[in-house]
Amino acid sequence: MFKQWKNFKGNLWKKEINVRDFIQNNYEEYKGDEEFLEGASDNSKQLWDKLTEMFKIENEKGIYDAETTEPSQIDTYEAGYIEKELEKIVGLQTDKPLKRAIFPNGGLRMVKDSLESYGYKLNEVTEKIYTKYRKTHNDGVFSSYTDEIKACRRSGIVTGIPDAYGRGRIIGDYRRVALYGVNRLIEEKKFLLSEKYNKYDMDEDLILRREEFTEQIHALKALKKMASFYGFDISEPASNAQEAVQWTYFAYLAAVKEQNGAAMSLGRVSTFLDVYIQRDLKEGIIDEKTAQELIDHFVMKLRIVRFLRTESYNQLFSGDPTWVTEVIGGMGLDGRSLVTKTSYRFLNTLYNLGSAPEPNITILWSERLPESWKKFCTKVSIDTSALQYENDDLMRPDFGDDYGIACCVSPMKIGKQMQFFGARVNLPKALLYAINGGVDEISGEQVAPKYAPVTSEYLDYDEVKEKLQNMLRWLAGVYVKALNIIHFMHDKYSYEALQMSLHDAEILRTEAFGVAGLSIIADSLVAIKNAKVKVIRNEEGLAVDYEIEGDYIAFGNNEEETDNLAIETVEFFMNELRKHKMYRNAIPTQSILTITSNVVYGKKTGSTPDGRKSGEPFAPGANPMHGRDKRGAVASLASVAKLPFEHANDGISYTFSIAPTTLGKTLEERQQNLISLLDGYFTPTGGQHLNVNIFNRELLEDAMEHPENYPQLTIRVSGYAVNFIKLTREQQLDVINRTIAQKI
Amino acid sequence: MKDIIGELHSFESCGTVDGPGLRFVIFMQGCPLRCKFCHNPDTWKIKDAKYHRTPEFVVEHVLKYKSFIKNGGVTVSGGEPLMQLDFLEEILKRFKEEDLHTAIDTSGYILNDRVKEVLKYVDLVLLDIKTIDATAHKIITGVELNPTLKFAEYLSEIKKPVWIRHVLVPTLNDKKEQLEKLADYIKTLNNVEKIEILPFHKMGEHKWKELGLKYELEDVLPPDNEKLQMAENIFKTKGLSL
Repeated sequence: MFKQWKNFKGNLWKKEINVRDFIQNNYEEYKGDEEFLEGASDNSKQLWDKLTEMFKIENEKGIYDAETTEPSQIDTYEAGYIEKELEKIVGLQTDKPLKRAIFPNGGLRMVKDSLESYGYKLNEVTEKIYTKYRKTHNDGVFSSYTDEIKACRRSGIVTGIPDAYGRGRIIGDYRRVALYGVNRLIEEKKFLLSEKYNKYDMDEDLILRREEFTEQIHALKALKKMASFYGFDISEPASNAQEAVQWTYFAYLAAVKEQNGAAMSLGRVSTFLDVYIQRDLKEGIIDEKTAQELIDHFVMKLRIVRFLRTESYNQLFSGDPTWVTEVIGGMGLDGRSLVTKTSYRFLNTLYNLGSAPEPNITILWSERLPESWKKFCTKVSIDTSALQYENDDLMRPDFGDDYGIACCVSPMKIGKQMQFFGARVNLPKALLYAINGGVDEISGEQVAPKYAPVTSEYLDYDEVKEKLQNMLRWLAGVYVKALNIIHFMHDKYSYEALQMSLHDAEILRTEAFGVAGLSIIADSLVAIKNAKVKVIRNEEGLAVDYEIEGDYIAFGNNEEETDNLAIETVEFFMNELRKHKMYRNAIPTQSILTITSNVVYGKKTGSTPDGRKSGEPFAPGANPMHGRDKRGAVASLASVAKLPFEHANDGISYTFSIAPTTLGKTLEERQQNLISLLDGYFTPTGGQHLNVNIFNRELLEDAMEHPENYPQLTIRVSGYAVNFIKLTREQQLDVINRTIAQKI
Repeated sequence: MKDIIGELHSFESCGTVDGPGLRFVIFMQGCPLRCKFCHNPDTWKIKDAKYHRTPEFVVEHVLKYKSFIKNGGVTVSGGEPLMQLDFLEEILKRFKEEDLHTAIDTSGYILNDRVKEVLKYVDLVLLDIKTIDATAHKIITGVELNPTLKFAEYLSEIKKPVWIRHVLVPTLNDKKEQLEKLADYIKTLNNVEKIEILPFHKMGEHKWKELGLKYELEDVLPPDNEKLQMAENIFKTKGLSL
């Protein structure tokens, strides 16, 4: 037994790696209000001011600075600081804050193009190494891609798949480093190699597993080395709160130095850290001011995680997101909530340092959460629009009480589960392919197989539905092939050794597919069924536009018939995916999520039978199309809540925007009404995810014209938060238009 | 008994301004008043109803939202809900069986034995008093003030919780003396929980034009914050809660 574990209760977690058991035995639920919280220390303010000045330069130039020679690894750089003497929690990705590292293992082209777009040039030797001597993930993927997959990528029916950069959406259990120290973790891996994975036939699977465990040991050793640059020996467990935060952050930092993942989420650390903070507070080692300072400095570091990305990537996922998602709250299996004082301290960083999109703070909601916590969360939402909410009562039965959210909406048990991230397909384009016999409505290229097109003047519901299903069946097949190839190659050329070293030996893998434009499918089908939809064809006979005669009730009005069409589509596509073999026997899952790509998808997709014109944005995530939800915000929530989580287990994103005056007259009323909205939406069989934006249209319009006055204005887009001023103008307009539609 | 049908104008699933908490709002068709500042003149004539629904249909529809409104409730507004008493009674009875809080938003113009029966199923009355000046009332609404006062006094007598709502319309009912008189009157009632001063707005103006009606308040501007504050202070100084 380690001396660092003094006064900690429980036994199981001492015998085996089991952070949940440690938390359950030692955390103190907090049911009080926010009165105990402390403001920012002078040091915190100084550090943040310094960063704020750097952000200005970053905003002007696009990036602050970039590495051009040395590929990033866990122990690549010596120590880097913002202002060494002021920092309670230390560690940077490179030698300077905001300086972006390069990760050519994912793909060299992405590195080269990104550097060049900001006026930098990749070092020639580095380039030579990755062209002549070392193959990348990106090269691997394209060695195996079929022509059909390539055509689908080009046309944009399949978009955003991680074939040129890190896949992300893996959450290491970063808390293990603080609780156990690195040596214990290395011993565990060595034990696996010598005792457990050494006993049967040396087949491909075993060889792969043994190689991975060895890689993990290397990564853990590199982690120790990285910490030593900052003067810390993390071989043994953390002995106090400052070390617990620091050790946990080091583990996370090593992950973002090793991988440029699409989403690099943090997991669920606040209540874990609270155990250490409470112990130190009781022993008089720290006071509340210091406790808050530790969290402020930790969060400050999380806010400045950066990756170098290309222009086309930024269009899909605007505003430099890294998805440092931290879930807070939720209920334990024993009926106590997992809310602690450190849950409050995390939210308090939004006041102490001002609003910010990262970390992506995610409140796990349950009607049974302590009332004062619910009130505080809604206050923070009303003040900052920086929070997202997810339904703990819906997810807990499947995922227990120690799961995190990767990226936006993907639940996974921490340290026990990972996913093969697969972005999404464009459903409205599939519908247009169904009508046009597999020909792309914009390029005229034959992308999908040459199925019989619709030739009638008016669309017939049964015919379109059958053709759509055939097209989705084909699309599911291509999509699975692409993802299997991507993840095989990612494991081969860009394995996440550090993150996987913070997982159990036997893990559950999911292969996460996604769909965009669901509301357009539901609206199109119901328009064809209940109104008359006339096809407009061009000279080549390609359907390029539609005229609707009559009315239909759109998705988002809590109308059974339309909502059922959305539900059926989700279920149908999921069942098609389930028919295929997954890489590493993963379990297929699906998300209804677009991130900000709803705008780019719209641009690349022709007019659709629901009345949407060519080029117009899709609704984000599972949202109804804007302006079509005519029965009020709650009807719209009720429609989305019906989408079946069992067929979209990777998350269903809904972005809700409301003006403060519409939410209620006083702050008190607004808080109560928001609580009612959340309680109503998050029933045990209800909605999964909700972004809550509370602001006036006028404010956004002003921010668009005078961005310099709104450096920290944060809004929620599908699954993450973003600095409003970092969005493209088109995306800003999309957000503003949707805000109008939410008015009562 | 022949089937009851409600003549309805519309539903709002996210009501945050008509009673306490998050509420489902049912807007009924038909109103005996013709207020010059009305923002829903399309609810006036009962025969213009867009929807004709049975009480069962409406109740079933509202209950789809139960998880959202269980701490708020249902508000029946209009138009004038008390013009369709059989329908109103049916739906309110059912909402009470479902343990939902019920409110009606009324001008209080109609009071009879049937109204008194239906009020049993009402938890809160949002009572609109347009002005306390009888002459002005006739001008603003086209009807007499007295029935509304009788209604208010009956509610006071049976101790039915009431929120008084007063739309503040510059030039029509915003004079200090008028407001003071209204405040004094409200003080004689013993059941008023809250007074809401609602600033006049012109979002309904286009509806007047669509209906071919002449909108007399074209040149009237919504009250500014100062004016609103002044009005609120009058009630506050009289010891009334807003």
